[in-house]
Amino acid sequence: MAAITESRATGAAAYAALSFADRLNTLGNIATWVFMILLILLTLFPFYWIIRTALTSPGAVYTNTDSLLPVEATALNFQRVLGLIDPSTLVGQDAALISAGELNFWLYLRNTLIVVGLITVGQTLFSALAAYAFARLKFPFKNQIFFAYMTGLMIPGIVLFLPNYIFVRQLGLIGTFAGIIAPTFLMTPFAVFFMRQFFLSLSSELEEAALLDGATKFGVFWRVSLPLMRGPLLTIALLTFIGSWNDYLWPFLVGRDEEVRVLTVALGIFRAQTPQAGPDWSGMMAATIVSIVPTIILFIFFGRRVVDSVQFAGFK
Amino acid sequence: MVAATEERGLLKRLGNVLSDNESLLGYLFILPSLIGFIAFFAVPAFRSLLISFYEWNLLSDAQFVGFQNYNDIFADERFWRSLQITLWYVIWNIPLQTALAIFIAIMLDRLQNWSWLRGLFIIPWLLPNVVVGLLFLWMLDPSLGIVNVILQALGLPTSAFLGATETAIPSIAGINIWRHMGYNAILVFAGLKLIPKTLYEAADIDGASGWTQFWSITLPLLRPVLAFVVITSVIGSFQIFDTIAITTQGGPAGATRTILYYIYDEVFARRISMGTATAASVVLFLILVTVTILQNRYLSAGRSDLADYS
Repeated sequence: MAAITESRATGAAAYAALSFADRLNTLGNIATWVFMILLILLTLFPFYWIIRTALTSPGAVYTNTDSLLPVEATALNFQRVLGLIDPSTLVGQDAALISAGELNFWLYLRNTLIVVGLITVGQTLFSALAAYAFARLKFPFKNQIFFAYMTGLMIPGIVLFLPNYIFVRQLGLIGTFAGIIAPTFLMTPFAVFFMRQFFLSLSSELEEAALLDGATKFGVFWRVSLPLMRGPLLTIALLTFIGSWNDYLWPFLVGRDEEVRVLTVALGIFRAQTPQAGPDWSGMMAATIVSIVPTIILFIFFGRRVVDSVQFAGFK
Repeated sequence: MVAATEERGLLKRLGNVLSDNESLLGYLFILPSLIGFIAFFAVPAFRSLLISFYEWNLLSDAQFVGFQNYNDIFADERFWRSLQITLWYVIWNIPLQTALAIFIAIMLDRLQNWSWLRGLFIIPWLLPNVVVGLLFLWMLDPSLGIVNVILQALGLPTSAFLGATETAIPSIAGINIWRHMGYNAILVFAGLKLIPKTLYEAADIDGASGWTQFWSITLPLLRPVLAFVVITSVIGSFQIFDTIAITTQGGPAGATRTILYYIYDEVFARRISMGTATAASVVLFLILVTVTILQNRYLSAGRSDLADYS
């Protein structure tokens, strides 16, 4: 006790000994740290709040708004989102609040995995091939074609959405997986650009050595370049995965049908169907948690790479 | 038997030619992407322009109407209102988001060893807009939301947030700042690492304060990165849709009907008018090009003061 008082006294004495400018600096430093901690809390708190709400019973969400901990903690919300219990068996207050909209989670998860999987594999593969050609091979009109791709980078999505919607409609692909993946399955200008930067930053010494040893151009690509590119390929695949997992407007336009509905669209419809007075908050929060689990898993495994790839993306 | 061997030899030779003809290989490699580019980027871009000169409801045949669609939207009060709302949103979103991103980036730079902090700040960006929208719709609920509960506990005035016309756009800006500040901070952080530490050491010797160093070293040298961050976020902001579709659906009383919402309504809600919708999207494109050019000039995106030091 005495020691604490003493150290506090020396602290105060030290503080008093500081010049005005230094004092201002110290205060500024403290304010900076406080602000940083506040931002960290601000970033994290919503995540806590989703979990807290999802674990609270549907009725208690309305009555105990000021409780920082889950009220009448229950796994009920997760169970009904995952279809583990039949909502019609519920009685009383909870039943009245449960969303009229149904969330066929496993179906939407399957749909999302199909869409995101196909887009990720297709876009990564075909963009990588193109990027390699632009970075390493010589062929007529190479620069012109690449320039055209880069122009495509600047066109805002909405300009393309409407004609693409018409095109997909004319092809009869509304409400099909093919329609949802079509615009981004073969390439995006960004993916080609991103991969090309990687290929350019890669030393070509090994490839030249392989050529001298009599390997064919394709052989060099297949046996030398591709294995070296495993990291960047994984990076662009991750970015594509995250991007298409989060996509909403396009799948919403062409894939509202139940059989092809992806999770983001399902959540949007789920939200639209909840009654204006008395939405099923705990159910919606449980649904959002469940829908971001794959992203969180990905982040746990590849967090470092995601951060690095964002940094890299800024320097194209 | 002999024929089969011969055939195989021929195939092998053909394969060799294919795999060693650089031009051919180049075209083979870009072919899938070229198909995708032509079908879903190049053609639609021109088609958008073309459709904007037609009256078309997707059901009957398209009628050429010249500039009528442009005249229509320019005479449409809702179009101007949507542009105004979009601009209002950009003004609420960009300055604060960029300032916070710079602050976080500088702190991340000071806390280099805590690399998990960078991961933490990027998590919101990993979430779909739909999820973020739902989450904040709940947290900002006027009567039940935790934000108002906290404000009340602190003795601060509460707000209707997304539920009132004046606060809806600032609230949506706040939601997107939450989602994007960390992402932008990572970009700025990467830019900070490019600034030579010797500059700060020299400034220390000269007795320059941290604040002076920030204004005369950090900020000027960050310009290319900041230009990239600001330009890409402005372009993104102009196209805000998902968050609004989930939280306010254009309301209350049309207060959050941004330009993309206007376009969406023209085709999918109010009526089916492909012509006016594409015309509006072409106008948006021209606005974005202008904004980008202006920002590029103003922020001198291509030039770094760093060049003077190396």
